Amino acid sequence: MFSIARKSALRQARTQLRLSQATPISQHSALARLLSTLAVLEQKDGKLNTSSLAAVTAGTKLGGSVTAFVAGSGVKSVADQTAKAQGIEKIIYVENGAYDRGLPENFAPLLVENIKKGGFTHVFAGHSAFGKNLMPRVAALLDTQQISDITAIESEDTFVRPIYAGNAILTVQSSDAIKILTVRGTAFPPPELEGGSAAVEEGVDPKAECQTEWVSEDLAKSDRPDLGSAERVVSGGRGLKSKEEFDRIMPPLADALGAAIGASRAAVDSGFADNSLQVGQTGKNVAPQLYLCAGISGAIQHLAGMKDSKVIAAINKDPEAPIFQVADVGLVGDLFDKVPELTEKLKVL
Amino acid sequence: MSGLRILVPIKRVLDYATKPRVNRTQTGIDLANAKHSMNPFDELSIEEAVRLRERKVPVAEILAFSAGPPKAQDVLRTAMAMGADRSIHVVVEERDALEPLGVAKLLKKVVEGEKSDLVILGKQSIDDDAAQTGQMLAGLLGWAQATQASSVSISAENMVTVTREVDGGVETLKAKLPMVITTDLRLNEPRYASLPNIMKAKKKLLEKKTLKDYGLDEKIRLKTVRVTEPPPRKGGVKVEDVDGMISKLKELGAL
Repeated sequence: MFSIARKSALRQARTQLRLSQATPISQHSALARLLSTLAVLEQKDGKLNTSSLAAVTAGTKLGGSVTAFVAGSGVKSVADQTAKAQGIEKIIYVENGAYDRGLPENFAPLLVENIKKGGFTHVFAGHSAFGKNLMPRVAALLDTQQISDITAIESEDTFVRPIYAGNAILTVQSSDAIKILTVRGTAFPPPELEGGSAAVEEGVDPKAECQTEWVSEDLAKSDRPDLGSAERVVSGGRGLKSKEEFDRIMPPLADALGAAIGASRAAVDSGFADNSLQVGQTGKNVAPQLYLCAGISGAIQHLAGMKDSKVIAAINKDPEAPIFQVADVGLVGDLFDKVPELTEKLKVL
Repeated sequence: MSGLRILVPIKRVLDYATKPRVNRTQTGIDLANAKHSMNPFDELSIEEAVRLRERKVPVAEILAFSAGPPKAQDVLRTAMAMGADRSIHVVVEERDALEPLGVAKLLKKVVEGEKSDLVILGKQSIDDDAAQTGQMLAGLLGWAQATQASSVSISAENMVTVTREVDGGVETLKAKLPMVITTDLRLNEPRYASLPNIMKAKKKLLEKKTLKDYGLDEKIRLKTVRVTEPPPRKGGVKVEDVDGMISKLKELGAL
């Protein structure tokens, strides 16, 4: 009895304390003045990777000022162009060819210097190969626990991210002074590239040494839209049986729809498709308007990468395939008949 | 050079084939009685270490390491059955689970204590999907890093060439040891531990330690506010034929 009374008295006191705090509005604006975001942009051969602008979008959603950061050779012009993107107040650029390949051994110290100099409270970067490679190193150097692949911002210290291959959604609150975050591109659409007028400023360059040497790259050439940002994606799985069949059946369908091509891990592992096309927990996350897949059973690792698509369509000969549980439109049938038929009929549309 | 001292950190996670269920209090995933196994990317790390030795790269020792609940010693036994020489288990109860930064700090101490010159980690663990520990460790040590490796070769001059998976393809890097490498699925096909090797692994050394032994007192930086189920997708329809599919897609505005 006594303990109950004590508890409720405590609760009452707490409630009163909460009520006596400043109103949420003034608190918010006070915070907004203090918040300052650094959005790390990616560039390649003097061209901005526009999907990295998702970091800017995240910054604008947070409130407070947004500064963008870009480094490499010839980045002054990248900065000048990007200055038109909406939501950016200032762009810091560091002109130095040593940063062209985004190697974290020298890029991380570079970022750390510029974060410290600018006194940023939040640093956002895309959860791309570049961001994944670089940002944890930056976080460790700043002694802060990074939050990866966020899909939403609840407040200046509380963020939402998928865990367990997207089977659970975690809301997490950070107590670190500087928040380092990577953002899921499909959850933060890039801003308009017109109408903005950011100031362009040169950043500090600590010229840290880089222990790794970049040797070469081999990028899959494609005239199709980029898988990560395509409006439509067609995706093939183990059901296609061979690389020859994959190459015979999927590209015409992609062309008919103006879609990017994706693949399941089974298709990639069997050598039907290039690894860069893999959709899923260990590959790319996509969220197109239309995700049309054929010969994919729908393992949880695959679903992790595509279940935020607006419309999912599936063709599979197994009526029990788990893909049908998430597909908006399902067709049970042999993909070797159905896909070419679909391709022909889409061409006439 | 007397041979490489390879450290392979591994993690015990909910088995990849198990569907995770959010607990009723929305504080986490129901892990009681669920099947656990070695994080799939960590199997690749062990395999790669063993293959380096088989490829006649001078390897002095392969040390498997895990920081986790008492049961994590099961995955260390598996690692030793696959070919690791010995292992260290830092017992950390589930409720005190370390964050990637804490693990990286712990690993830094292990690397220094064991004089490791190559650390091979998985690119991410399939439970928290953070993909941070390897990079953080490399940062703390000031070592070269190569993440998402799909091919690793080491020359006699301790020059490591790594091909790594990047968006749109692969890139190749070169660095001198010591370094940190994280594994991608394409790196190799992990072997199954044979019964005789499982028996032999029981005799290999498994040292138990605590965080105190490493003088580590890392505060948790991230507080779990809640864990929820993702919004379910609305059940769709099945159509009879291709025409049905096209008209349904039009109806949904996807065409």
